[in-house]
Amino acid sequence: MSVNTATGTGSARASTRWEHFPHDADIGVRGFGATREQAFEQAAMALTAVITDPAGIVAGGKVEIACQAPDDELLLVDWLNALVYEMATRNWVFGRFAVRISGQDLGAQAWGEALDSARHRPTVEVKGATYTALRVAQQADGSWVAQCVVDV
Amino acid sequence: MDLALFQRHSEYAWEIAPHGAMRVPAVIYADQDLISNMDHKVYEQICNVAMLPGIVQASYAMPDAHWGYGFPIGGVAAFDAGDGGVVSAGGVGFDISCGVRCLRTGLQVGAVMAVQKKLADSLYRDIPAGLGSSGTIHLNPAAMDAMLLGGAQWAVVQGHGDAADLECTEEQGCMGGAQPACVSEHAKRRQRDEMGTLGSGNHYLEVQKVVQLFDSSAAQAMGLHEDDVVVSIHCGSRGLGHQIGTEFLKRMVIAAPQHGITLPDRELACAPIDSRLGQEYLGAMRAAINCALANRQILTQLVRNVFARVLPAAQLTLLYDVSHNTCKVEQHTVAGTTHTLHVHRKGATRAFGPGHPALPDALRATGQPVLIGGSMGTASYVLVGTRAGEALSYSSACHGAGRAMSRHQAFKTWQGRQVIDELAARGILIRSPSGRGIAEEAPGAYKDIEAVVDAADAAGLARKVARLEPLVCIKG
Repeated sequence: MSVNTATGTGSARASTRWEHFPHDADIGVRGFGATREQAFEQAAMALTAVITDPAGIVAGGKVEIACQAPDDELLLVDWLNALVYEMATRNWVFGRFAVRISGQDLGAQAWGEALDSARHRPTVEVKGATYTALRVAQQADGSWVAQCVVDV
Repeated sequence: MDLALFQRHSEYAWEIAPHGAMRVPAVIYADQDLISNMDHKVYEQICNVAMLPGIVQASYAMPDAHWGYGFPIGGVAAFDAGDGGVVSAGGVGFDISCGVRCLRTGLQVGAVMAVQKKLADSLYRDIPAGLGSSGTIHLNPAAMDAMLLGGAQWAVVQGHGDAADLECTEEQGCMGGAQPACVSEHAKRRQRDEMGTLGSGNHYLEVQKVVQLFDSSAAQAMGLHEDDVVVSIHCGSRGLGHQIGTEFLKRMVIAAPQHGITLPDRELACAPIDSRLGQEYLGAMRAAINCALANRQILTQLVRNVFARVLPAAQLTLLYDVSHNTCKVEQHTVAGTTHTLHVHRKGATRAFGPGHPALPDALRATGQPVLIGGSMGTASYVLVGTRAGEALSYSSACHGAGRAMSRHQAFKTWQGRQVIDELAARGILIRSPSGRGIAEEAPGAYKDIEAVVDAADAAGLARKVARLEPLVCIKG
């Protein structure tokens, strides 16, 4: 695969992007955004990039996702695990996300398509998002970061 | 890791004295090189485990220990329900009852090498592997609950394998105390089409040759001889176990304050064994153990079907099936008295010594086979449990080589095609749907398995019996 799967830019705004970070056995996903919602969307892009190149996904179908957790960090893990569940049970991959957060509730749309092994060349299945290196925080410049390690 | 942090009790036992909120010491079994190269996170994690309520004797790490989730991978800890002990979803992990099953084939290397490519291609075609693969078995709700209650025993009744397989499977193929009602509909939905699939990541199916014997008497009892060919299967409870782990981790984190538990790390999420949440987790986790046992049993039959076509002379019989991500209720002797304990093994293999009542008759005098998986290009090992292991680590040993390099670094270092070609030049055929997955699992990304196994042997956790090298590897 020629695409660099370690980082990606989510939009023209340089602060909206994702990256992977190392963990001994697994892999870390990290999203940056001007808002908490954007950071969650970018973390989801990083999750997809563990599996396949997000640029190769035709975002034709839409799935609605809702989850709830008592704090931002648990909400991030819930959000990523909801995507893991949708990927596993629909056999889909997702390449675009829109997240809304209100208090303890997250509502989102995820756009994607059925996994095509020949075209998507999936690397690995994500078992679940974990609480390891889990962090959701606003940085000094006002932008947000959302990250955790995912078990593969 | 800084060796000054430890009191060295022997060449292979390194102890951390209780400090801060630690209730018991922490002990790592390793040689000096292995422990020097371990991530400091292992130190932090075994110390954190030692802080959990009701922990008995010590928190242990095996020679292959590395940074895990809450518990280190390679971590062992036992808890006493009567002393406020806990059960921890993080202490079992996401891939509940991941384990290794080893089958004798009754064949020798020459016969297999004559059809090596055909065998590799046939196994790759018939064993569902990798992301998005599904099996031919689709469970309706009643069949799902029957599988979760019956494990490999259910699979055998359904026609996947022989009753003789069950004798050499932990728990005789069926974990008691499973409660399908404690398994969520989401978890069951994830598993509906995944029975008889290998999964991805570090899971594999290998055809291996026995290249060296270290203990001829134990090898004889296990039916292993030099030049024999065996098949090893490494996988677990698939989507069901992952979903159970995910859901209970969250529930235990949220409930911890109600149980009066202060978590040093959220990933150590746990609940008192005697609490409703603790009992629900145990019921669900035991159902996931049955799922893993059934899954490996179904895969066994798929392998037999392939061998029946490609090598009809083969007789595939089960050497043993042992899990390395579990929490089990066991009797152990602590300070001279017998205790009933909930023993967590996260990336650690149960290793009962000779005479243990849980062993099948044919292996009781020898001890339990301990199956250690390597990476694609290196060796795997069969070890045997020792009597000494009981006092050292609640009869536990290592489970594999353990990663030495992150997936990200491995992908930057190797290309899948290059790894496949290099292994083919050494006579090892790899079949996998994912080139990047192969690069991430390159043999060089793992620790030296010889050092890990030698340390386990020298420390007395388990004794080396046989060294296995791959001929064919089906990688998810």
